Amino acid sequence: MAAVSLVRCERGFARDAAPDWMRQELRTGTTIMAVEFDGGVVIGADSRTTTGAYIANRVTDKLTPIHERIFCCRSGSAADTQAISDAVTYQLGFHSIELDEPPLVQTAANLFREMCYRYREELMAGIIVAGWDKRRGGQVYTVPVGGMLTRQPVSVGGSGSSYIYGYVDSNYRAHMSKEECLQFTAQALSLAMERDGSSGGVVRLAVISEHGVERRVVAGNQLPSFSAI
Amino acid sequence: MNEATQYNLKLERLGYHQFRTMERHPTNYLCKGVSTGTTILAVKFNGGVIIGSDSRASVGGSYVSSKVINKLIQIHDKIFCCIAGSLADAQAVTKMAKFQLSFHSIQMDSPPLVKAAASVLKELCYSNREDLEAGFITAGWDKKRGPQVYTVSMGGMLLSQPFTIGGSGSTYIYGYVDAKYKPDMSREECLQFATNALALAIGRDNVSGGVAHLVVITEGGVEHVVVPGEKLPKFHDE
Repeated sequence: MAAVSLVRCERGFARDAAPDWMRQELRTGTTIMAVEFDGGVVIGADSRTTTGAYIANRVTDKLTPIHERIFCCRSGSAADTQAISDAVTYQLGFHSIELDEPPLVQTAANLFREMCYRYREELMAGIIVAGWDKRRGGQVYTVPVGGMLTRQPVSVGGSGSSYIYGYVDSNYRAHMSKEECLQFTAQALSLAMERDGSSGGVVRLAVISEHGVERRVVAGNQLPSFSAI
Repeated sequence: MNEATQYNLKLERLGYHQFRTMERHPTNYLCKGVSTGTTILAVKFNGGVIIGSDSRASVGGSYVSSKVINKLIQIHDKIFCCIAGSLADAQAVTKMAKFQLSFHSIQMDSPPLVKAAASVLKELCYSNREDLEAGFITAGWDKKRGPQVYTVSMGGMLLSQPFTIGGSGSTYIYGYVDAKYKPDMSREECLQFATNALALAIGRDNVSGGVAHLVVITEGGVEHVVVPGEKLPKFHDE
């Protein structure tokens, strides 16, 4: 295992002048989430980007607009996900001009999937695509590492997501209102940020509906706290 | 497929089978720590503790070698423990701990303290930390401090907590237990909390499953509750 032998080598020889975090890749070890509701979607993410143990950016915006009413939440390698979203933004914009109408969320999701699947060996990207279109309303599609595509009413992703599967399973109800979804997402993300070292900072939320995009930020000191211990 | 999984598979192909019923779950253990294919927990409530686990033993995450094993080991009348890690190591350590504890109890002429039991396990885990791969959750009731929950990690750290979760399935329920735990719950609330947590973990972790074994320990005694798979609470199942 390359990672283990790297540690063993460093013990024996004089340490490099550059600290550990300068030799690591930039990662969005993260927690991302998207929930469908009647009339749109709520998406949310934490705001931490790490290079090893150093937090390179503590106020990252991982909710990336792909089109007017389609966003993607990025997790995995920051470089890979930025490159993929740039490419898909271009492709989708072109497609939308050709069609002369707003693109479907499903189209955007398929473009992501095409790229993530074709280059699966080189990429490390887990993406949630969410948005609103006239045909099907609010939709959430998830494209995890490897390039699968599936539609889900609620989806979580990133390193912090493991810790909140139980919470999301038990607290999600179909047909929640917009405010309930926002509350649900903020709580789930706070719980994940509390347990996952690679997630933290502020909670960024966005509501995408027929009326447009509404963005919110929940600062660290306003997050619900859960420690009983 | 990440490096750790590839390495494990290569070892297996070469014939290095890991002979344990609670298999090392092929996660990236460089980040998460070695955990066994299981979900275990212990929670304190008003008047007692509940210790619980699933009942699945699997080999390599693809074959369930037992659907109904009991992972809750009674090391004294009102002290139970459950294991994370290698089953062989765990059995050896608990056998030793049981003996030491009963001897200690005879010498003191009174039931042992839960902290004593946890300490015995900790001593064994710490002194042999290079060779062992087992961690424990110890829970019980004694007259001095009432209900207590201790966790002894794999390297030999001892920690007292109001509740604790362990095993590979525990990753998925950190959020749930953080949100739902309240101190001083009643027995019924605590039973529901523990059953829900196990059900959620079993629902997401493929190496946890079967029935939910729960043991309720109070001043009055010990009660074993078994919740079969189809009676476990169902959550929004897409």
